[in-house]
Amino acid sequence: MAAKDALGKRGEDYAVRYLQERGYRLIDRNWRCAQGEIDVIVQHGREFVFVEVKTRSSTAFGHPFEAITPAKLARLRRLVAAWCAQAERPVNRVRIDAVAVIGVDENAVVEHIRGVS
Amino acid sequence: MALARTYSVALMGLDGSVVEVEADISSNLPAIVLIGLPDAALAEARDRVRAAAANSGCPLTGRKLTINLSPAALPKHGSGFDLAIALASLAAAGDVSAQSVESVVHLGELGLDGRLRPMAGILPSVLAAARAGRNKIMVPAGNAHEAALVPDITVIPVAGLRDAAIWHGGQFDPIPVEPLLVAESPNETSTDYDLAEVIGNDDAVSALQIAAAGGHHMFLLGPPGAGKTMLAERLPSVLPDLDETAALEATSIRSLSGQPIGSHLVVRPPLEAPHHTATAAAIIGGGSGRIRPGAAVRASHGVLFLDEAPEFASAVLDVLRQPLESGRISIHRANGVAHFPGRFQLVMAANPCPCGQYGTSDNECTCTPSARRRYLGRLSGPLMDRIDIRLTLRRVTATQLRMADGEQRLTSEAARARVVDARAAARERLRGTPWMTNGQVSGSWLRAPARRIGHRAITGLDRALERGTITMRGYDRTLRLAWTIADIDGADRPSAEHVGTALYLRKGMIP
Repeated sequence: MAAKDALGKRGEDYAVRYLQERGYRLIDRNWRCAQGEIDVIVQHGREFVFVEVKTRSSTAFGHPFEAITPAKLARLRRLVAAWCAQAERPVNRVRIDAVAVIGVDENAVVEHIRGVS
Repeated sequence: MALARTYSVALMGLDGSVVEVEADISSNLPAIVLIGLPDAALAEARDRVRAAAANSGCPLTGRKLTINLSPAALPKHGSGFDLAIALASLAAAGDVSAQSVESVVHLGELGLDGRLRPMAGILPSVLAAARAGRNKIMVPAGNAHEAALVPDITVIPVAGLRDAAIWHGGQFDPIPVEPLLVAESPNETSTDYDLAEVIGNDDAVSALQIAAAGGHHMFLLGPPGAGKTMLAERLPSVLPDLDETAALEATSIRSLSGQPIGSHLVVRPPLEAPHHTATAAAIIGGGSGRIRPGAAVRASHGVLFLDEAPEFASAVLDVLRQPLESGRISIHRANGVAHFPGRFQLVMAANPCPCGQYGTSDNECTCTPSARRRYLGRLSGPLMDRIDIRLTLRRVTATQLRMADGEQRLTSEAARARVVDARAAARERLRGTPWMTNGQVSGSWLRAPARRIGHRAITGLDRALERGTITMRGYDRTLRLAWTIADIDGADRPSAEHVGTALYLRKGMIP
C-alpha cells in the first residue's frame, strides 16, 4: 500500500471513530461503484450522511478542506444518487458532510463540516 | 468571533471615501466570496490574499469567508484593499485582535509572498481617511514617506502581512523581510530650464513674466525656430513655489497617476506638454473603471503647454473650456462622477500657417490665403477668447545673436523674484475677494470706481473700443493685463504705458 493510501486509510479510521463517538451509526465504508467511491456512509436519526474524508499530515500545503473542489462535490452528489438507487429501503433524507483529519498520529485533529454542498 | 471589520479607502478621482471591510466565517468548505461591487483587479484579491496569508505563515481559516465591502453601491477599484481583507479575515478567525484591526485604516496590495507592494494614490487616500476623522493608517513600507506628508495622523508602515498581524497582536514570531520600495523620485525637470538661455525676444521674455505674475493664459504665434517651445518650457521656472494647499493637491495628483513621490511635497509648478495626437480622454482624463487623471489635471497649479495647437483635434481643444472657466474638471461615467482640480495656466503655440513661413522676412509662404485662414480657424473663438496674452514671435537675427554676447540676461531666479513681488501686490489688492491673481478677476470689479484708472492712462483703450478693434470682453481682459504689468513695475495704478503694453499683448497677432 502506497504511503498516501495508508495515510488516507488511517484518516478514515479516525473520522469514523470521531463520528461514532458523536452518535452516528456506521452504514458502510469505501462504497464503490463505476463512478467512484464514497469514503464513509453513516446514519444520524433518520438522515443518511455521506462523508468525504480528507487527510493531511500537516497544513504546509493548505488545509485539507481546500482539496474538496466543486467538481469533487458534484461527483459525490452523483454517487449519493447511485447509492440511494441501490439501497434496499427508501432513503428519505440525505446530507453530505466533509471531515478533515490533520496529523498522522493519535493527536490528529479532526474537523467536521455538516451539509457542505 | 466569526465576524470582524476594518477600514480602507476607495478613490473616485481625487476624492476618497472610507470603505468598511467586513469578514465573516461560516461553516462551509474553504472559499472567499467577495461582495460589494469589486472590479476585476479587486476580485483577484481572493487568490492574492489566500496565498499571501499562507506564505507569510499566518494562514486564513479553513472555512468559507465572506468579505463585504460597504457601502456596497460605491464602485471599488484596484488592489489596495488586499491588506484590509487579509487582516479582517485573520481577525474574524481570532488570530489577531479584532478591536485593534477595527481602529486602523489599511491600505496596500499584497504580493503572493505576503510582502506589501507600494501603490499609486496613497496620498489622496490617506488625506481622505484623515478628513473622515481616522488618524491611524497602516501603509506599505514603500509608501511611508508619502503617507507621512499628511499632517496630524499616525502612519504605521509595515513590510508584509506578518508584520501587520504582529502589530495587531497576532502571536507570530517576527521574520524580517526585505520591504518593497519605490524608485527614487527623479529630478524636477521644470527647474532644468533657465530663462537666461533665451536670446533676443525681449518682448517675449517680459510677456512670460507678465503671464506668470497674473496667471494669464498665453498664445504664442511664430514661424518654426522662433523659440516658442523654448519660451513655453521656461514658464514654470518663472512661476513661484506652490503654497501648501496647492502643493498637497499637486502631489496627490502625481501620486494618483502613479508617479513616484519622494519624502517632500511637490513645490515646483508642473509642466505638461501632451502631443497633438492626444485624445480628449488623454487631456482631461478618463477610463471606464477607475477614472484616471489626464494631462490637464496633472498640469494643475502649473502649466499646460499645447505645442502646434491647431494640429489638435478641435473637440480636444474645446474640452479645455470647462476647466478654463471653472478651474475644475468633472468626468462623468455610468458608475459615477470624478472631480479633479483643473486650475492650470494654458500656453498654446502655433505656426502662422501650415508651411510656417507666413510673415517671415527670409522665406516665402506657399500657403493659399484660405489654407492660412482655415489653419488658425481651428482654434475656436470661445477658446481664444479666454487667452489674455497673444504674442507674435520672430526668428532671432544674427544681429540679435551678436548683441546678446556678453550681455547680462535675465535669469529665471531674478524673474521669479519679480513675479513673487507682483503676485504679493495683486493678492494685497484682491484681499477679501475670491481671486488670487489678476488672471481670475472679473471685469466689473476692475471697472469699479475704487479702481478707476486716470483718464489719460485709459484713453488709448477707450479709443480702441470706440473704433471697434476690441470687444467689451477684450477691454476687460486688457484691463486685467494692465494691472499685472503695473504690479510688476511696482506702480499702484496702471499708467498709459502699462495700458498700451497690455493692448499690444492682447492684440499682437498677424492675422
